[in-house]
Amino acid sequence: MELTLWTYEGPPHIGAMRIATAMRDTHLVLHAPQGDTYADLLFTMIERRDARPPVTYTTFQARDLGSDTAELFKNAARQAVERHRPGLLLVGASCTAELLQDDPGGLAKTLGLNVPVLPLELPAYQKKEDWGAAETLYRLVRGLHRPVAPEDRKPATCNILGPCALGFRHRDDLTEVKAILAQLGIAVNVVAPEGATPADIARLGEASFNVVLYPEIADTAADWLERTHKQQRTHTVPIGVGATRDFIAEVAALAGVDPAPALALESQCRMPWYSRSIDSTYLTGKRVFIFGDATHAVAAARVARDEFGFEVVGLGTYSRTHARLVRAAAKDHGLEALVSDDYLEVEEAIRAAQPEMVLGTQMERHIAKRLGIACAVISAPAHVQDYPARRSPQMGFEGANVLWDAFVHPLTMGLEEHLLAMFREDSEFHDAAGPSHLGKAAVAPPANDEPQTALADAPCWDADAEAELKKIPFFVRGKARRNTEAFAAERGAASITLDTLYEAKAHYGR
Amino acid sequence: MSAPVPCITDAAAPAIVRDPGQRAVFCGLTGIVWLHRKIEDAFFLVVGSRTCAHLIQSAAGVMIFAEPRFATAILGERDLAGMADANDELDRVVARLLERRPEVRTLFLVGSCPSEVIKLDLAKAAQRLSREHVGRTRVLSYSGSGIETTFTQGEDACLASIVRELPIASAHAAPELLVVGALADVVEDQFVRLFEQLGIAVRFLPSRRAVLDTPVGEHTQVLLAQPFLTDTLAALEKRGARHIAAPFPLGAEGTEAWLRAAAEAFGVDPEHFEDTIALPRARARRALDRYRPALTGRRIAFFPDSQLEPALARFLSREMGMRADEIGTPYCDRRIMGPELALLGDSAVHEACDVERQLDRVRASRPDLTVCGLGLANPLEAEGLATKWSIELVFSPIQGFEQAGDLAELFARPLARRERLAV
Repeated sequence: MELTLWTYEGPPHIGAMRIATAMRDTHLVLHAPQGDTYADLLFTMIERRDARPPVTYTTFQARDLGSDTAELFKNAARQAVERHRPGLLLVGASCTAELLQDDPGGLAKTLGLNVPVLPLELPAYQKKEDWGAAETLYRLVRGLHRPVAPEDRKPATCNILGPCALGFRHRDDLTEVKAILAQLGIAVNVVAPEGATPADIARLGEASFNVVLYPEIADTAADWLERTHKQQRTHTVPIGVGATRDFIAEVAALAGVDPAPALALESQCRMPWYSRSIDSTYLTGKRVFIFGDATHAVAAARVARDEFGFEVVGLGTYSRTHARLVRAAAKDHGLEALVSDDYLEVEEAIRAAQPEMVLGTQMERHIAKRLGIACAVISAPAHVQDYPARRSPQMGFEGANVLWDAFVHPLTMGLEEHLLAMFREDSEFHDAAGPSHLGKAAVAPPANDEPQTALADAPCWDADAEAELKKIPFFVRGKARRNTEAFAAERGAASITLDTLYEAKAHYGR
Repeated sequence: MSAPVPCITDAAAPAIVRDPGQRAVFCGLTGIVWLHRKIEDAFFLVVGSRTCAHLIQSAAGVMIFAEPRFATAILGERDLAGMADANDELDRVVARLLERRPEVRTLFLVGSCPSEVIKLDLAKAAQRLSREHVGRTRVLSYSGSGIETTFTQGEDACLASIVRELPIASAHAAPELLVVGALADVVEDQFVRLFEQLGIAVRFLPSRRAVLDTPVGEHTQVLLAQPFLTDTLAALEKRGARHIAAPFPLGAEGTEAWLRAAAEAFGVDPEHFEDTIALPRARARRALDRYRPALTGRRIAFFPDSQLEPALARFLSREMGMRADEIGTPYCDRRIMGPELALLGDSAVHEACDVERQLDRVRASRPDLTVCGLGLANPLEAEGLATKWSIELVFSPIQGFEQAGDLAELFARPLARRERLAV
């Protein structure tokens, strides 16, 4: 039993719904109790889809448990096929129905439906949403795949795997990636699951390789295609300028084409120049804590360090299936990865790291708000406001431009930062007022939320040193406190004085 | 496909039509979204699956609180396999929770579909935990599972669990009115003033704090502020309390009838009653006049959601001149709803209807306004139908004279919006 305030991922059947909803001509019959229909609103409200997800729920109740829930399932499946006439029927169970052991797959087979039926096993007490999505895509690919011999595949043709419903900016990423591929003269055979029909899934084998945009969703299927059918796949996720260049090189090599035309697209990318622009020097060494799904967290860490000049002080993920990626990236940043889906543990890690900015999910937005730290959302789970109307990809060169805006906007800007440091007593322009361009929305943390010490066994602060520390603006105060305490502890100081504070400052620099 | 079957028809009240099938309603866990704000010193711990946790955080987009007063104890494989004693695990989780939130006076263990199916006895667990944390936190339990409750029935189950724990009133206790059902604080305060002016001693259930301190007994007369409280009412009656049947305080007419029923039960002088309500009632009527042109003659359909639907349809048809094409409701308790159904006239009430077939009917009749859940609203808008999110009717102050205009405005707004928009 696990105590949870917020959950990063839903149960695996939500993952299955994200695949079914992205596809066309596919219907999912879910053996689930009344109430599980809440899942529809994820798609119709958070993502503002204009149609109901293609899902029929059996909505059984307590009184059905005594009689025949299996019969209820059979009726629901029959009626769903009759009404929606899909090209493929997926069947599965949510957490409660799993306990009933009605075997939806077996039941559906006995019905003699005139559509192919694909049963899904979605172990709700072991697995989670992203796994459910990956598993569903894999089952679809495995179940429908028509093998094509490598020599018969269309040259310089790829599939794009991963974009699905409720994905973080999937819609816009797809546009960017298609533009890159078009520039390289690589044809897209099938995009899956977004917009794909079961017939499209069946002809994945016609492409010469697969572009995997979201490993959490598409790794299982792409790895199977590579292993079993020798269809190669990409490993680079093109988030950030450097990764986009790498991605272009990778797909160009797979397709046997010249990467130059796509690399030339970088001329439209303002991000590198903005980052070199002199007003951006204040970004140097900004301490950022990064948490999200593995793909976006790893990508954000590279971008933060190499393209913004930030210092990554924390890196973690809630996706255990892809934790290895994050552990490796964390090592590269000299960090220990935080792999956890416990919101409280993440909050504690952020508090301890005292970052100046958090790049995270909707959950970290809460944490950052509470701690008075700037925050940008880089990963699902996301809120309705993270599905913007304008095109806002994360991938490709335009995606890099979007990242620039997203990361810089929440911060206090360079000269403002200086003025705040110089004139701390100004009644309307002080650090507790937050970045002035964000109005009253951004506020400093309540005084009592600020940790009294950053390190567990730190020497105590004397009153003068504590008062001096308060003169440092809040967005760097945490770092100063931490550095000073580490400095004092290393030297075995009994207490922290004014001199210790300035000694530490001289030792560490800004 | 089976045809709808009208049943339990009597001449005075509308028919109730049943057409069971796929239901698109929330489960009772959703009630936690407002109950945890209403009862300030309570905490709600759902014992369930990841789905339950996901539902609550998604249902109302409530991811707005850094640390809410609810959480989920997610059952894992070990709990199901019996490898870990689920009760020991629950004790551990509760201890951790109370350590973190020592201010919690009342802890509700909330049952879910999986906890019901594996027959985890939360009532027993609550007793055990109450003993363990005695003097600090009382632990209660109720079921918000989808297999037993729809949406607002979660509040019913919660309040019923409270009623069973309330202290017994002394034999000489003076008659007292108990208004039952969560109301917005501002509405509660208005009613407090009105009952005070009427000379009626009143308490509210749930109260904002110390929810277990309200004595009940034969001196208690119950006035329901919400229609979905079947089990709570039964529990109160079992404790000797008497039910004051009344329509619900929606609109000027409903509020007057609701207050009048209480005044009559407490023997308030009719003239004094009239004097007391005359001014706010006149205000309410004036407020309604403003929205009547937008609503009169328009057709409305309700998908099943909160059980408020028949009362809302009564308000909209009698005071605003709308016509109800179809009144869907998840459950209609004829005893509690009797006074409403009598006012409603001959519009049929569809109980727990199949969502696909109701969508067929709505697409065919194309009402001017469709009241439905969040899963259906945008798809229907995309089909050109104006909709009103039903969940707002549970999350907004709509009861009483001062809110009558606001209630009407909730229905007028989607129509007004469509007229404004030129895109």
